[in-house]
Amino acid sequence: MPQRRHLVASAIVVLLLALLPLAGSRYAVDLTTEVLIYALFALSLNVIIGFTGNISFGHAAYFAIGGYACTILLTTYNWPLAASLPAAVVLAGLVAAVVGYFCVRLTQIYFAMLTLAFAMLVWGVAFKWKAVTGGDDGFTGIKLPAMLAHHVGYFYFTLAVVAVGVAALWVICHSAFGLTLVAIRENAVRAGFIGVDTRRMRWAAFTVAGTFGGLAGALFGMYHRGMYIENAYWTESANVLIMVLLGGIYSFVGPIFGAAALHLLQTFTNQYTPYWPTVLGLILLVIVLALPDGLIGLAARVKARRGRT
Amino acid sequence: MTDMLSISGLWKSFAGFVATRDVSFDLKAGELHAVIGPNGAGKTTFFNLITGHLRPDKGAVSFEGRDLVGLPPQKIVRLGIARSFQRINIYPRLTVFENVQVALIAHEGQQWNLFRPGRSLHREGTAELLELVGLAAEGAETAGELSYGKQKQLELAIALASQPRLLLLDEPTAGMSPQETGETIASVRDIVKARGLTLLFTEHDMAVVFGIAERISVLHHGEIIASGDPDAVRNDAEVRRVYLGEHGLGEQGHG
Repeated sequence: MPQRRHLVASAIVVLLLALLPLAGSRYAVDLTTEVLIYALFALSLNVIIGFTGNISFGHAAYFAIGGYACTILLTTYNWPLAASLPAAVVLAGLVAAVVGYFCVRLTQIYFAMLTLAFAMLVWGVAFKWKAVTGGDDGFTGIKLPAMLAHHVGYFYFTLAVVAVGVAALWVICHSAFGLTLVAIRENAVRAGFIGVDTRRMRWAAFTVAGTFGGLAGALFGMYHRGMYIENAYWTESANVLIMVLLGGIYSFVGPIFGAAALHLLQTFTNQYTPYWPTVLGLILLVIVLALPDGLIGLAARVKARRGRT
Repeated sequence: MTDMLSISGLWKSFAGFVATRDVSFDLKAGELHAVIGPNGAGKTTFFNLITGHLRPDKGAVSFEGRDLVGLPPQKIVRLGIARSFQRINIYPRLTVFENVQVALIAHEGQQWNLFRPGRSLHREGTAELLELVGLAAEGAETAGELSYGKQKQLELAIALASQPRLLLLDEPTAGMSPQETGETIASVRDIVKARGLTLLFTEHDMAVVFGIAERISVLHHGEIIASGDPDAVRNDAEVRRVYLGEHGLGEQGHG
């Protein structure tokens, strides 16, 4: 088991990231904070896609619930961060458990459509429940603890939370549970015939995904000092889905690279042209036609070819 | 010997087509029992009805005294019935080793363990099973890239990992060369006898069937038209009529 190698590599990455604020660029720090949040978000979605083999088209729902719940508890109810963050995560997980209970009865396109339908309901609640969520004005004026108010403080906070979140997902995805999920992805019928209750396993995976999606959303809401109904919209679900596909669903770390690549590309593209959706379309074309297993799959193929010659 | 599996009055039809017609069937513990019949006779449907993949329209299936009708496959496996499939049914992108490892994890009920690394579990048990079916050297290979015959062997290892008392093999040698067929059947018989299992299998190769089966049942149009020891089945007039023109029963396999 090459686990020690992974641990060392991860520790080096976290340390290097921790040194980033020393470079003195606020822009770089903010951009990295965003990438970290999206990386956690994409990883959480891949628990459903890469590990159970079903495409969720409504993962923004849990991101939004985490974000709204955390910022509302902090601001409207004056809860301390130590209570509002965990509460937001638990709430996102609970909603995912309820929604997942129905969704895992279906598979493939029907599963995807049902996740989308529930996500649109969440969007509807955020839109209509103006007294609590601010409706289409958004929920703004977030009260943050003083130590997180500064962008560097928030960066370190995000780095720590994302590192813990990623580590937790790593353990879950590589556990006996995670391996069994992969078996379900590969062949659900066979998994049933070795004694696995595939529906309950997929339900659990859905709940795990929603929980960590909620954690990413809470980080996002506090970072942006607000939540907007767009954060619950289906385009947000599509965005994180593309991150996952771009990075590669068959590798644990794939979605991290997908999130980084897509978010950085979007940010830089927006500086030069308003045609990001067109660029996104081109990226999707490339994924579908040339990178079915994402950037990680491409890297593996390049490495294999080099090894041969 | 007592009846391990007891089936009575089993019916199943699909959109008017009767695939299983009033089948009654008893299987004794420790028996090697073959189900034969022309293509489309309903052999796979019969297996699917026993293992919970399909629900019978009518009839009773009981295993060691427990009623199986209505139980999902995952519950039936846990009672001690494991099966292989006629068409390859493995986890193609997992390694050969992991294919078996997951079955052992599920058998031990560890699929709900979110902390222990899956790949560290049951390494010995997995290696033993791979050794048993002759795949010891292929553990690290991607299962989907194995040769057809080896994937069939892997199927057998996965089924054995569930530690069944009753093993159902659906065409264990389908698509194999005559030499592979002979080796596979010899190894199946050895494993079944060594572990004291009961074996129910379907097979199209008559040489194989008459070589190892202790009892044979013949399915035709969803009905069991004969059941008994190989000699009795070979000489059964009805069976001869059904197979007439196909080949002489038990004289030559057509693998």
